[in-house]
Amino acid sequence: MHDMSAHATQHGAPTSFIRKHVFSIDHKVIGKQYYALALVAAVVGMFLSWLMRIHLGWGNFAIPGLHLLSSTGAPGDVMTPEYYLQLMTMHGTIMVFFVLTTAPFAAFGNFFLPIQTGAEDMPFPHFNMMSFWVTFVAFLVMVAAFFVPDGPTLGGWTQYAPLSAVGAVGGPGQGLGVVLWAASIGIFCIGQLLGSLNFITTTLDMRCKGMSLMRLPLSAWGWFITSIMGLTAFAVLMPACILLILDHVAGTSFFVPSNLVINGQILPHSGGSTLLWQHLFWFFGHPEVYIAIVPGMGIVSHVLITNMRRPMLSHRVLIYSMGALAVLSYMVYGHHMFVSGMNPVSSIAFSFPTLVITIPSTIVVLIWLGSLYGSKLRINSASLFALGFISMFISGGVSGFFLAQPSLDIMIHATYFVVGHFHLVMGVAAMFGIFAGTYFWFPKMTGRMMNETLGKAHFILSFIGAYCIFMPFHYLGMAGNVRRYQAFTDDYLIPLIPVHKFITIAALFTGFVQLIFIYNLIYSRFKGPHAPNDNPWEGTSLEWSTATPPPHNNFGDKMPVVYHDPYQYSVEGASADYIMQTSPEKISSPDEEK
Amino acid sequence: MAKIFAVVIVLIAIASAIPIIMHTWPLPQDISVHGHLIDEQFTDTMAEAGISFLASQILLAFFIFKFSSPKPGDKIKSFPGGASGLVIAAFLLVGTECLALGVFGVKAWASVYLTPPAADAIPVQVQAGQFAFYFRYPGPDGKFGPIHPDQINEANANFFGIDTTHDQDAKDDIVTAEMAIPVNKEIHLLMHSKDVGHSFYVPELRVQQDFVPGLDVSIHFTATKVGKYEIVCTQLCGLGHYNMKAYLEVKSQDDYDAWIKQQAALQ
Amino acid sequence: MATTVHEPPKIDLDRSPSQGSGNGGWRNLGPAGGDLRRVKPSSPPPASTGIWVGLAAITMTFAAFTSALIVRQGAAQDWQHFTLPSILYLNSLIIIASSVTLEMSRRQIAAFMGREAAQGPAPARWLYVTLGLGLLFVAGQTVAWLQLRSQGFGLATNISYSFFYVLTVAHAIHLLGGLGGLVRVIGKLNHSVLRRSTLNATSLYWHFMGALWLYLLLLLWMKL
Repeated sequence: MHDMSAHATQHGAPTSFIRKHVFSIDHKVIGKQYYALALVAAVVGMFLSWLMRIHLGWGNFAIPGLHLLSSTGAPGDVMTPEYYLQLMTMHGTIMVFFVLTTAPFAAFGNFFLPIQTGAEDMPFPHFNMMSFWVTFVAFLVMVAAFFVPDGPTLGGWTQYAPLSAVGAVGGPGQGLGVVLWAASIGIFCIGQLLGSLNFITTTLDMRCKGMSLMRLPLSAWGWFITSIMGLTAFAVLMPACILLILDHVAGTSFFVPSNLVINGQILPHSGGSTLLWQHLFWFFGHPEVYIAIVPGMGIVSHVLITNMRRPMLSHRVLIYSMGALAVLSYMVYGHHMFVSGMNPVSSIAFSFPTLVITIPSTIVVLIWLGSLYGSKLRINSASLFALGFISMFISGGVSGFFLAQPSLDIMIHATYFVVGHFHLVMGVAAMFGIFAGTYFWFPKMTGRMMNETLGKAHFILSFIGAYCIFMPFHYLGMAGNVRRYQAFTDDYLIPLIPVHKFITIAALFTGFVQLIFIYNLIYSRFKGPHAPNDNPWEGTSLEWSTATPPPHNNFGDKMPVVYHDPYQYSVEGASADYIMQTSPEKISSPDEEK
Repeated sequence: MAKIFAVVIVLIAIASAIPIIMHTWPLPQDISVHGHLIDEQFTDTMAEAGISFLASQILLAFFIFKFSSPKPGDKIKSFPGGASGLVIAAFLLVGTECLALGVFGVKAWASVYLTPPAADAIPVQVQAGQFAFYFRYPGPDGKFGPIHPDQINEANANFFGIDTTHDQDAKDDIVTAEMAIPVNKEIHLLMHSKDVGHSFYVPELRVQQDFVPGLDVSIHFTATKVGKYEIVCTQLCGLGHYNMKAYLEVKSQDDYDAWIKQQAALQ
Repeated sequence: MATTVHEPPKIDLDRSPSQGSGNGGWRNLGPAGGDLRRVKPSSPPPASTGIWVGLAAITMTFAAFTSALIVRQGAAQDWQHFTLPSILYLNSLIIIASSVTLEMSRRQIAAFMGREAAQGPAPARWLYVTLGLGLLFVAGQTVAWLQLRSQGFGLATNISYSFFYVLTVAHAIHLLGGLGGLVRVIGKLNHSVLRRSTLNATSLYWHFMGALWLYLLLLLWMKL
């Protein structure tokens, strides 16, 4: 099965529609397919969040037509408590897996990693094709849960056992719904493992002449580091999903302990470990949040450098910091479990690496800020979203100071504080990274330009909207507002309901703003002005030295040869403001890192 | 556009800080002995996080404001000190600060989790099930009767599955749907889950602990203020999760004694 | 630590592009003088890197299963020890033998390719033997599962049986992938289009499956 590599270099441009656009082994087509899948998933996920927010603000509001989605979940168009949880679970799962993992990593990575490394294609293009279609099947399986009798699972995207493992007695969707969830995620893991295999091998083996590892752009580094995390994290989640499915369909007791009583019946399982699920899940789950954000860090750095007209203060330090984040992400997963009955000493042990993570994160932010100083910043939609990413990453990051400490976690664990933290730092920030990448690379991917005015409007409204949604979450959490509640019946929560109404209005507004983006994307794809040349942003990396859109083998007849570090901007004495990596112009650069 | 954006960042940063500074949504009042450690830790962390947040957002806005309209002849300037200066700053300022916070925070954590309960702590058992808490007091003998899952019968109000006819220890057990404790007395809370994962969260008590099905865990705390507080479930446990709660009444010793006597009579 | 401050670089005419660490990186591959990927000796064999990446993922998966086994065994007192079906030891000998025959086959093929006038189809005899032994191993594993089942020990009988079935079946599925690889190698050999990197990667995978099995057998023997 490994001789598929043979096709990497030998396949010519396909001619039939199916081979060209559907079952394509061209990494660029696969990247676009991933992008389209992520876009659909993002629309679904955002729609679900609207439904949830409307319900949280106005619990009895009849959402016209909601009964069409589920007649039992929304009789008379009003959401039932269980249906709220089901939608919430699907929102989290779809966003984390099918948007935040696929768009910045699989979509942009597929399209641009081989080009930025100077390869003709991925080394295992058939695996690459399988990677997308397997992910697509996973998405179908996940969405299919909406249409089975009991609906999707209500267990939350973390699927804590034993609620996730006891079967249908646990509640609506806890039977078939969980099996579909676990099957979908298990399939998704296979897709991402195949993708990671390709990414790692591309980066190590397929670089063109002159392209040393340190000459790779920061975006390529982001994907490379992410693929290493993906390879190890998804390889652990998959067995966990298999064991979860077996608890359902085969009656095993991996996660269900003895003597559980539900509806007056003792469950037939015995001896399972509920913490086992949490350990397996979070061993995957914490690297997963870095899988979502590290590609964004790479993309944002790449976009910013091009628009600052200067390299980062240090290329290497950024790479090492991203690498340190990846390594540390495996040592900190226990901070999700401070109050879940784990040994209290291990909570302290997990707390310190978590606090140490602030160091590489701070270095990254400071390098960004320090590089902004004295730059020649160009403002466009892409650079605005990149700068917005930094702002969001800071805001979401500082709340990590609280959550890293077990003693404070007693207070804010499972409250909206956590929800605000991860939405800012991995949700909104990663989305901004996706947007930055989209506005930046759209001309290369499609040959057309996106509308800048709409892009800027999209940015500033999204920026304000996202803060209006997610900043108040922190205040709610500090007041003790518990997450995953479909209504707030506790006495001390009732005064907080107006805040929820404000958040709901902000969420609806911000959601509508995204329609500007979708319009801009689709309109520009077909009717946008043609890109003026192959290098509209005056970039230096390899994707800008090839045709637009790139030919089937990325570089046409002549493979590129790389002479320079990725970011030779504002080089004194050079013939232009920038020197492309492929330009043979000789320079002696003290900052070319040895 | 860049100038507008820079102003927006500053406005958002300030607007985000105002509710914190004004204590618009304060932490719930603290009624526990250990809670002040957590609250002090929270305040310290907030100071550091808040300063980091404001400083970096305003710096970001300032740089965007200042460097977004370069003139044609402008040259690239380097940040004084360069990358190494920033790396050192990150280690010194944020790294040590954060680690210091972590070290100090251990004290608060240890006061809750790493100290054994006092010998005279009052044992109370709490059982979480979909979607209610039940409480059990051991009665005069100070011993809980064993739990027989097969005898759990909600219709007969035998929520714990105790066998009062055969088990000597169970005969004087007192089962209630509300939790009452005497003020200024340490409570040793034994946590048992009947079915799935739940959590015991009393914001005022600065206590949150998950129930682990199949594994009984315990915590201990002392309430210092008489009053009625809510116990809520914070671990997603099913469709009724949002409504799973019970009340905690902190009573004076006399009131508590009267209450426990009254509850014993009801069994 | 890099302490680079960006200062505008100066022109230097003497610097050749291949200086520094980069010349196609990892395996020094590059398109100098045409497409080197079609030139066999320097051709980048991604399969030889990819196989290690794939094995790393498989290692992680089985590490996860292993830690699940250890945690689960310690979580409750319900672990039932049982004697492994003795056919497993025979299967172990078979899979070790298959690794030996695969190595013999590789030597034979290398010798054949090294010959000056290599003509006719390359010798695939030992590959067929390896394939047969692999199939025999799978059959042997199936016998072990059927034996346990006929004794009334199913997947859900006890958690120790659950782990036995999960680990052995997961291994067998991965091993079937190796069998598929062997079939493709034989097919390519017969058409004289086999690349050395493909053969090497497939052999590595196959040996890894053997080693993984021995590890699993040891784990099960100790724990069950």
